[in-house]
Amino acid sequence: MSVASHDVIIIGAGIVGAACALACAREGLRVAIVEAETIGGGATAAGMGHLVVMDDSEAQFALTYFSQLLWQKLATDLPADVEFESCGTIWVAADEEELAAVKQKKVFYESRGVPAEILDAKSLHEAEPNLREGLPGGLLVPSDAVIYAPCAARFLVEQAQSRGAQLYLPAVVTEITADGVRINNGSTLSAHWIVNAAGSWSPSLTPGIEVKKRKGHLLITDRYPGYVKHQLVELGYLKSAHSFTSESVAFNVQPRRTGQMLIGSSRQFGVEGREINSAMLARMLSRAEDFLPGIANLSAIRSWTGFRAATPDKLPLIGPHSAREGGRDNLFLATGHEGLGITTSLGTAALLVDQLLERPSQIPVAPYLPSRARENVHA
Amino acid sequence: MPDAISVTVNGTAVRVPLNSTALVAILMSRASSPARFVRRSLSGEPRGPLCAMGICFECRATINNQRHSRTCLILCAPGMDIRTDD
Amino acid sequence: MTSASRNFDVLIVGAGPAGMAAACCASENGLRVAIVDNNPQPGGQIWRGASQSSAVPEAAPWYKKLAASRAQVLSGTEAYDHPAPGKLLASSPGGVCEISYAKLILCTGARERFLPFPGWTLPNVIGAGGLQALVKSGFSIAGKKIVVAGSGPLLLAVAAYLREHGGDVRLIAEQSSWPRLIRFGLALAFQKEKLAQSFALKCQLAGIPYKAGCWPVAAEGNGRVESVTLRSGNKTWKEACDYLACGFFLVPNVELPLLLGCELRAGFVRVDDFQQTTIPEVYCAGEPTGIGGLDLSLVEGQIAGHAAAGNREAARKLFRERDRSRKFAAALGRAFSLRDELHSLPADATFICRCEDVTLARLRNHSCWRAAKLQTRCGMGSCQGRICGPAVEFLLGWKPESVRPPIYPVSVSSLAKNISIESQSSLQEELR
Ligand SMILES: Cc1cc2nc3c(=O)[nH]c(=O)nc-3n(C[C@H](O)[C@H](O)[C@H](O)COP(=O)(O)OP(=O)(O)OC[C@H]3O[C@@H](n4cnc5c(N)ncnc54)[C@H](O)[C@@H]3O)c2cc1C
Ligand SMILES: Cc1cc2nc3c(=O)[nH]c(=O)nc-3n(C[C@H](O)[C@H](O)[C@H](O)COP(=O)(O)OP(=O)(O)OC[C@H]3O[C@@H](n4cnc5c(N)ncnc54)[C@H](O)[C@@H]3O)c2cc1C
Ligand code: FES
Repeated sequence: MSVASHDVIIIGAGIVGAACALACAREGLRVAIVEAETIGGGATAAGMGHLVVMDDSEAQFALTYFSQLLWQKLATDLPADVEFESCGTIWVAADEEELAAVKQKKVFYESRGVPAEILDAKSLHEAEPNLREGLPGGLLVPSDAVIYAPCAARFLVEQAQSRGAQLYLPAVVTEITADGVRINNGSTLSAHWIVNAAGSWSPSLTPGIEVKKRKGHLLITDRYPGYVKHQLVELGYLKSAHSFTSESVAFNVQPRRTGQMLIGSSRQFGVEGREINSAMLARMLSRAEDFLPGIANLSAIRSWTGFRAATPDKLPLIGPHSAREGGRDNLFLATGHEGLGITTSLGTAALLVDQLLERPSQIPVAPYLPSRARENVHA
Repeated sequence: MPDAISVTVNGTAVRVPLNSTALVAILMSRASSPARFVRRSLSGEPRGPLCAMGICFECRATINNQRHSRTCLILCAPGMDIRTDD
Repeated sequence: MTSASRNFDVLIVGAGPAGMAAACCASENGLRVAIVDNNPQPGGQIWRGASQSSAVPEAAPWYKKLAASRAQVLSGTEAYDHPAPGKLLASSPGGVCEISYAKLILCTGARERFLPFPGWTLPNVIGAGGLQALVKSGFSIAGKKIVVAGSGPLLLAVAAYLREHGGDVRLIAEQSSWPRLIRFGLALAFQKEKLAQSFALKCQLAGIPYKAGCWPVAAEGNGRVESVTLRSGNKTWKEACDYLACGFFLVPNVELPLLLGCELRAGFVRVDDFQQTTIPEVYCAGEPTGIGGLDLSLVEGQIAGHAAAGNREAARKLFRERDRSRKFAAALGRAFSLRDELHSLPADATFICRCEDVTLARLRNHSCWRAAKLQTRCGMGSCQGRICGPAVEFLLGWKPESVRPPIYPVSVSSLAKNISIESQSSLQEELR
């Protein structure tokens, strides 16, 4: 067998692959990044770029919080075009029942070290005067932030390159071989480890992994600086956004540094095409109008769709695609990040490198190991 | 001016010929200043109309509270309130 | 009051010459026909608002015919989305309207091509057709010094028009060379009426220097353009002006055809003999099928109107006339193709994307349109790449990206509504 040309090959230069590439390069590994189209052109270009700490499970919290801290550490190094804004999140309660959930949410966050502040009706209105009158309140999580992810991915790739990583672009991986990858121009690359970070495309290279495409619509407005000041998400988001089967929409509006607003979000399974579904878009936007009635008259510039790589238990797959699963010990997965991959990219990269170098991680890796899926199913 | 109508641009009354677009009203309101611009670009440059046919969006202003309106596509109506964003 | 959901046998988008002709012919058969157009009045780029004046003799019969037809003209109404087969969504200041059709004719016309050069973003540097349109919509240029520059027969029409309205037109600078133009002129001579037209123009233009092989390389001024630097051969000089009216020929408006899924060929909408696109119920006429000028737009519009109404015989009778006009169109394209030197017009610091203020230097770092767009926001602003797209295609050879709704910015509510179940007034003027 010939000597490997690299220590690790990373397939995909989305935000996850980019973060993994930098983390590996920082450890002195010889990295190859293979990207089919453009850096950050997949789900990374479609996503909202909300860096958010989530509380829907302990494992989700652990990874989002760990990642959030890594983003904050990186923030000062980020170039201006990454548009890092510490705008915070307001989880908006639509009724008294949801307001009760706000209190639990606050306890959850604060007991784990994440500051959170309950807003009553009046302070919610002061914080976001364009929200509908009569909303009972919400929860402000000030440490959440927003970035422009395609530029973040490019920055991470550039940082990796400055540490010796090689970028192959455009280069489509057609097959993962025993000791590397085959590329569509006929050439091959070899390495000790191969990391499949191809997002929603990852199952096409590693068949059998439980990653499904979950389509989402987004819309961007013209510039209305200050119209909203925080990322606004309805508290019911968890109810409406996280069932594995159904179609759903939720109110989720983000202020961009440009003064524009991104309006989300929708979730659909079983849809392959990228085209805009006007009915879905309409549902999503009327949901947003329920909370921000004034946006009805704002000018919308463009809509688009993207695919989240979803797993049945909503947690990403980070780690070896073990032999038991029909995989090989030199093939690693870093995929299945659903609607949180921009946030969790940095945490994912850290956990991945720790596994490659066989050293302990700062948070337990077990919940994210690809092997857990099968165990859960059989349990 | 025969057949003129009156609109306001940034609060000041301007008389324009019938069938003038709101863009013409803005430009006329700036007649005395050397720079007949309509808006400022992202980096602060003064900008005026480029296409005058609804394509370039350089003529955007707020018309009757509707922001980002393409003024070259909208005819003046008596009493119309036009505000530029600068 | 009209309801927000409407139904037509033949719907036409664009009320320029092509669309007006299509409407007249389609409604001959007693069908329900409507035209939507985003300008305040029908007429398109060339005739805009001419119904009011008798200044444009060749327009008058078409306005009369249109008024006599039973076609409805919905002005100030912009088609922005195609939510389902057989349906378009259109917005107007009055609201949103869902329009159903059995047949659709796209007559969306063309826009000027703008090429960036240092100073092109200064106020009073404006399209050639742009300045003409501004004057047509009430703006006075009396006594102003104007340089008309760029490329295409439009420059002549514009210069004549501006002079007629009191403009002090100093110079027409045409980038194309004399040898090319002469070949084009010869092609012109095969058509009697064209010859007459260009002769008439010549008279109106008497005294205005017409320089071929001459193009603007920079515009200068403090807060607005005060002079333009021109180049011809290896000579470079400054010309003082109050306005630089500058456009480099035309590019077709193919956003709506693309949204509908019509195939393009070499950048233009592919149509068959009956102006039918690759989508069976969709026809296309005028500039989107090839830049060909007024006559071609009119005859294509008529053919599309007849064909969409099922009157293939009437359509067929016009094929010969169209063939003749197409030859003229092909000659036009060759005569005014852009010279290589224009590739180096912009400097590194020149903004290419005016919406997002993206310089050439920033674009050059990227390998394709999509990467450049994602990394620099070029083409992501309000105009959605309508201005920078054709420029980037010429300068860097990048093909534009896919089209997504809304093709024009609309209010959020326009996209949030299920229009069929809501009733709302939207349609403005109805011309009968
Ligand atoms: C509508 C929407 C909103 C979202 N909002 C947020 C949010 O607010 N916050 C958040 O944290 N996350 C959000 N997400 C999720 C986030 O966008 C994704 O989880 C994240 O971008 C995934 O990154 P990735 O690198 O895994 O995948 P991708 O960005 O899809 O990257 C995969 C890359 O692999 C390349 N590739 C694929 N196949 C091959 C091959 N065979 N050879 C070579 N290269 C290949 C692709 O070209 C692509 O560049 C959102 C997602 C969507 C769809
Ligand atoms: C700025 C300009 C000025 C011109 N001036 C002259 C001149 O002086 N003399 C001359 O001989 N030729 C001129 N031309 C060329 C002339 O317009 C063409 O030769 C021909 O007349 C075009 O006819 P048309 O019907 O194909 O398109 P157009 O006349 O361009 O008409 C298309 C119409 O469709 C509308 N439209 C497009 N998309 C939509 C949508 N989605 N929803 C609603 N409406 C829509 C447009 O706004 C326009 O009103 C000019 C062209 C331009 C671009
Ligand atoms: S001047 Fe170009 S859109 Fe109005």
